[in-house]
Amino acid sequence: MQILEIWVASLLTLCVFTFLYRDNPLYRFAEHLFVGVSAGYLLAVQYQNVLRPNVIEKVAGGNLMPLIPAALGLMILGRLAKRTHGLSQWALAFYVGIYSGIAVPSYLQAQIFAQLADAVKPFGAGWAAINSALVLIGFLAVIAYFYFTAPQNRVHKAAARVGIWFLMVAFGASFGYTVMARVSLLIARVQFLLRDWMDFLAPA
Amino acid sequence: MAGVNGSFWQRLLGIDRRWIFVLIGLGTIIPLLRPINLPVAASPRVRAAYAAIEAVPEGSIILMSLDYEPDIMAELQPMSIAVLRHCFRRNLKPVILTLYPAGPGLIERALEVAGAAEGKQRNTDYVFLGYKSGNQAAILGLGDNIRGLFPRDFWGTSTDSLAIMQKVNAFADFPLLINLSGSAIADYYIRIASSRYHVPMVLGSTAVMATDYYPYLSSGQIQGLIGGMKGAAEYERLVGITGDARRGMDAQSLVHVIIVILVILGNVAAFATGALRGRTGGNS
Repeated sequence: MQILEIWVASLLTLCVFTFLYRDNPLYRFAEHLFVGVSAGYLLAVQYQNVLRPNVIEKVAGGNLMPLIPAALGLMILGRLAKRTHGLSQWALAFYVGIYSGIAVPSYLQAQIFAQLADAVKPFGAGWAAINSALVLIGFLAVIAYFYFTAPQNRVHKAAARVGIWFLMVAFGASFGYTVMARVSLLIARVQFLLRDWMDFLAPA
Repeated sequence: MAGVNGSFWQRLLGIDRRWIFVLIGLGTIIPLLRPINLPVAASPRVRAAYAAIEAVPEGSIILMSLDYEPDIMAELQPMSIAVLRHCFRRNLKPVILTLYPAGPGLIERALEVAGAAEGKQRNTDYVFLGYKSGNQAAILGLGDNIRGLFPRDFWGTSTDSLAIMQKVNAFADFPLLINLSGSAIADYYIRIASSRYHVPMVLGSTAVMATDYYPYLSSGQIQGLIGGMKGAAEYERLVGITGDARRGMDAQSLVHVIIVILVILGNVAAFATGALRGRTGGNS
């Protein structure tokens, strides 16, 4: 059974790799198969892990409370018809309200206040001081770049230019990591093909 | 001479991109078949992650959320195995869960590999709770009632009956949270577990996301950061094992060299042929 799994996975991997030459039916076959299998798998998992334990089993046990969120979920499907479109808005409003209540305070606390405190914290000794200074300068310069409310004077323009340099360095670092990530995906697939399928590499 | 150079650079700029794919393919395959085992040095970020796990007292129960699917398993599966093996060696007892529907199969495999290597048994040395939908809602639930959120573990055993689970039921019961994630779930854990419940947190992420989380390391909201396959290889080195991440580092290095050379050649060719003329000065 495992041999069959490896062969199916290997052949599908090769089907996807054929796209590097050009678009072709083998690639499209693998792509469509992936979409279909993923959709079926997700549907089954959501039924088994969400609907059945959270709604069906609880309602069958006499607890009717899960019917309220279930009804809100069904109302989302109202978008499918013009006459019932309004129902989906209520469900969405409920969802947006709950999400905002949860997300806004935690976002402010974790991603605004904590980061602000870190940007202006007292400088450490030695190289740590240079690091902290760079963080502070970068923080202020990038804020200057994204400040569009008032016309820029000479100082503001110079700060914004420094902000662009910081942004470019950040984008470069991010792009470098992205290249590394994509190469990693290729390496893992080649490892799979050479080891599990072709038996050219020592077992893991 | 200039004409000859010009035609060379022009031909280089017009090269069929499939030759580059062949080059990258060879740069990946050859080092895997003939490894030279380039040294892997652990970065301060990965050492900090290692130290955070070392700092947890032996025998402690820790929480692990392994949130990834097959699309990024290349980076996070070796990381999971290395981190799990480190935890097992220190006799830590991980309570593991995933917020990704396609995650359980991969995590089960990682637990089999790490458990077999370190001689650990399920339900005695670790608990795998399986998948829970809801992302932020599920993470909020972890804050006060884990057994309510997961009445049964991945294999169908009642969590109330598991000795490990009888000692923990909320974030506050764990000395450490380890999140290996390839998505915004890491942000949710930082917002809720780290910032709200103040649970010390170690993060492992894909390389694409790694730079986004440096600020959290600087602010102390996470204790350590393992980024991508390179980070996983560094962690394997610290743990003293050779997994798929370390085996892939020769290929990673060679492909990076090829890419850097191609980028330099491409830029030289663009300048030499004047291909950039008329495209500069837009935003200067």
